[in-house]
Amino acid sequence: MNAIVEREKGLIELEQRITALKTHAAQQPVDLTAEIRALETKYAEIQREVFGTMTPWQRVNMARHPKRPLGSDYIAALDQFDELHGDRHFRDDRAIVGGFAKLRGRRVIAIAQDKGRDTKEKVLRNFGMPSPEGYRKVIRLVQLADHLGLPVVTFVDTSGADPGIGSEERAQAEAIAQSLYELADAGVPIVATVIGEGGSGGALALALADRVLMLEHAVYSVASPEGAAAILWGDAGRAEEAATRLKLTSDDLLRFGIADEVIPEPLGGAHRDPAGVVASVLTAVDAALTALSTIAPDELRDRRYRKFRRIGSAAP
Amino acid sequence: MPMPEWLRLRRAEPVPADQAAQWTKCPKCGSMIYRPDLAANAWVCTNCSHHFRMHAFDRISMLVDADFVEIGGELLPGDPLGWTDKVPYPQKLQRDREKSKLTEGVVCGFASIGGTPVALGVMDFNFRGGTMGTVVGERITQLFESARERHLPCVVFTASGGARMEEGMLALMQMAKTTLAVRRFHDDGGYYISVLTDPTTGGVSASFAFQADVIMAEARAAIGFAGRRVIEQTIRQKLPENFQTAEFLLEKGAIDMVVERSEVKGTLMRLLDYGSGAQRSANGRVAVARAIGAPAEPAESRP
Repeated sequence: MNAIVEREKGLIELEQRITALKTHAAQQPVDLTAEIRALETKYAEIQREVFGTMTPWQRVNMARHPKRPLGSDYIAALDQFDELHGDRHFRDDRAIVGGFAKLRGRRVIAIAQDKGRDTKEKVLRNFGMPSPEGYRKVIRLVQLADHLGLPVVTFVDTSGADPGIGSEERAQAEAIAQSLYELADAGVPIVATVIGEGGSGGALALALADRVLMLEHAVYSVASPEGAAAILWGDAGRAEEAATRLKLTSDDLLRFGIADEVIPEPLGGAHRDPAGVVASVLTAVDAALTALSTIAPDELRDRRYRKFRRIGSAAP
Repeated sequence: MPMPEWLRLRRAEPVPADQAAQWTKCPKCGSMIYRPDLAANAWVCTNCSHHFRMHAFDRISMLVDADFVEIGGELLPGDPLGWTDKVPYPQKLQRDREKSKLTEGVVCGFASIGGTPVALGVMDFNFRGGTMGTVVGERITQLFESARERHLPCVVFTASGGARMEEGMLALMQMAKTTLAVRRFHDDGGYYISVLTDPTTGGVSASFAFQADVIMAEARAAIGFAGRRVIEQTIRQKLPENFQTAEFLLEKGAIDMVVERSEVKGTLMRLLDYGSGAQRSANGRVAVARAIGAPAEPAESRP
């Protein structure tokens, strides 16, 4: 069970009581203003208590909240989208959605990882874990963007690249390595936004970007907490402990200089106002693109080089 | 710069006393092998041809013609996350330093192989499982940057469990950093050969290991993205014996060739020879750029 969903239960009950009371007050000639105000005060208190300060593990759960806006929700909010399918070799990986788009009137190539909402969609999208053909679709779309001079906009949300037999047979490592290699030299602006979970190399393969944005409760880590716990201690059950040590929250990443900007979420998380959050992400992406739009391709490549060059570098 | 002590020792005859009279058990066939015999056989079991994981110093000693000039050796890891689990991360590093006589998971520098000057990087599984943290990323990046400045081909032997958990996202970002360095080196006409050794997985396989012009793998090396255990846990079934071996990858078309260790140096020499034109043409471009008065950045930064 998702830890945030658990913590929300009391709040949702309270919310329903407030709504019921308000309906009642509207229909009956009784003054319930004082009662409603008391409940609303209590609600705000609990909300602050539950969401005001969250542990890293709670934030991982927030990033995985079943109602959190997904990649497709961002794609759907674009002015226009024409999906381009497939890697031209093997198949169309539905864990990654990509194509031509217009974002606030600007022509772009948009690429999103999508975990799927219901069970059927989750299976279709392999729970948002891309296979090599997904990364090869990314490579193809980045080449197309470079060819046509279109900026690349990515939305990152994956627990990691697919670790299955087929993915290994089709060289998952090579696909991710080549995706990075392609992004490294594209002469167009690249803006990546971590909207939920940024899990390891499978996320980075869409995030070697000029600007890396993160939603407040998104997480981005060297491995999923479960994966890190399994690697370090042979026990995926110690995920909460790993989450605490990995420094994976948006404030950690801003401090490391890996994230350039954190986009705030409403108290209680993005799913409390999905449309508002999606819109504020698109506004932030648009602003980043505007800032990058005047930079010449070579200068863009140079700056991208320097941006990542200094991470973990001895040089000042 | 004088020859490094470890290289001088390995070149000296006879084998130093503290290394002699040791026996090692082959993990594959179980036979007891006299250590000097094992060393003389390039750390390949004299009975079953099992390739032992090699120490970076032994590997370099086996490959290079004479001297080796290390770069980036002064870079030492910090503790960016303040990591502690059973023991603090700095203590794990100290333990591995003592155990392996290495300062980090990769040794980089300049040498010549069969007469061809190269930039050479050799990873070592003995140091924190060859994991890539900030220092491994920085040394590899510096290697490609210096190779680019000097117009040298680059050869990297990989051996890695992936990104280093204890350095968190700073470790993951080394995949991006090394990729950018490889790309810049390539775009400037550089020639890059990777040699994947046992094991090459995770963030290293998903970055510079699989970005080379020619990808060679040592016989029977384990190579992949996800670790075997992770896959087995995910799919809840046993994997076939040859899954993620060099031979498996060759059959699937992911790598160029599989080579027995005894053949690695000879093969490398031939591959370097085929690529010698590429280096010349890179030099040629610089010469042309100079002649026409156009800026030639690589030449200017040449030492």
